[in-house]
Amino acid sequence: MNSGLNSAINAGMAPVATPWFFYALAGVAVVSGVLVITRRNAVHSALALIVTLLAVSGLYLMLYAPFVAGVQIIVYAGGIMVLFLFVIMLVNIERSSKERTFNRMWPAGLAAACALLALFVSAIAKGKALFPDRMMMLPESSNTQQIAAMLYGEAGKMGQYTFAFEIASLLLLVAILGAVIMTKKKI
Amino acid sequence: MAEITTLHYLVVAAALFVLGVIGVLTRRNVVIVLMSIELILNAVNLNLVAFSRMWGNLHGQLFAIFIVVDAAAEAAVGLGILIAFFRNKETINVDEIDLLKW
Repeated sequence: MNSGLNSAINAGMAPVATPWFFYALAGVAVVSGVLVITRRNAVHSALALIVTLLAVSGLYLMLYAPFVAGVQIIVYAGGIMVLFLFVIMLVNIERSSKERTFNRMWPAGLAAACALLALFVSAIAKGKALFPDRMMMLPESSNTQQIAAMLYGEAGKMGQYTFAFEIASLLLLVAILGAVIMTKKKI
Repeated sequence: MAEITTLHYLVVAAALFVLGVIGVLTRRNVVIVLMSIELILNAVNLNLVAFSRMWGNLHGQLFAIFIVVDAAAEAAVGLGILIAFFRNKETINVDEIDLLKW
């Protein structure tokens, strides 16, 4: 289904995004990711996380996924982060700014994370040859349409992910109820 | 400059994932632990979308959207638990959440 579109796009135009975009976005994402986990003030962490999310959504745009990029900005940067900032305002206590930032077990945690990093590096280094050099070009203009067809189905038929979509809505309902019940003073 | 391949995205995602793991394992503030979990989920999403482009189909992007739904549910429930906990113990530090420890 995609091969015809791919060749059409390949013949039609060169990609606008150059490798420099990728390196800039990746650098912003990683640097603000470091800021997220090192800032003492939770509000600064939240702002750094918003920058990371926006950079990652830029990377999605480079991967020909405009719908996921939009969802990332609207749901993550617009929804989830507002929730985080509200909770920070509710629970922010003065003394937390004078206490230790890291817990007592931080050397063990850092060692475990370094072991995980070594695992990733070795897996990527070993599996390097398995990845194709050229990436496929996904049709960008009909991206949202194709995702909708897979989610909701087309021509009266159920899509491949329609059932999963309904289950996801149930999950959200349960999460909303759970959050409301847990934050109530008296049930 | 060389063309950007799937591998480049995997490296970025691995870096974000490890940063998230460091945040979960070393920070004391529960809010920042939850933010680090969001960082981890983002790394996974980036991998899925990169693979979606590598294979030239949209299944990876669908998975990424479902993970965003999961992340929203997880953040809502996690922050709800946090508020309930803060009401009881007046703290949001991980190492003071030790009721089940002996």
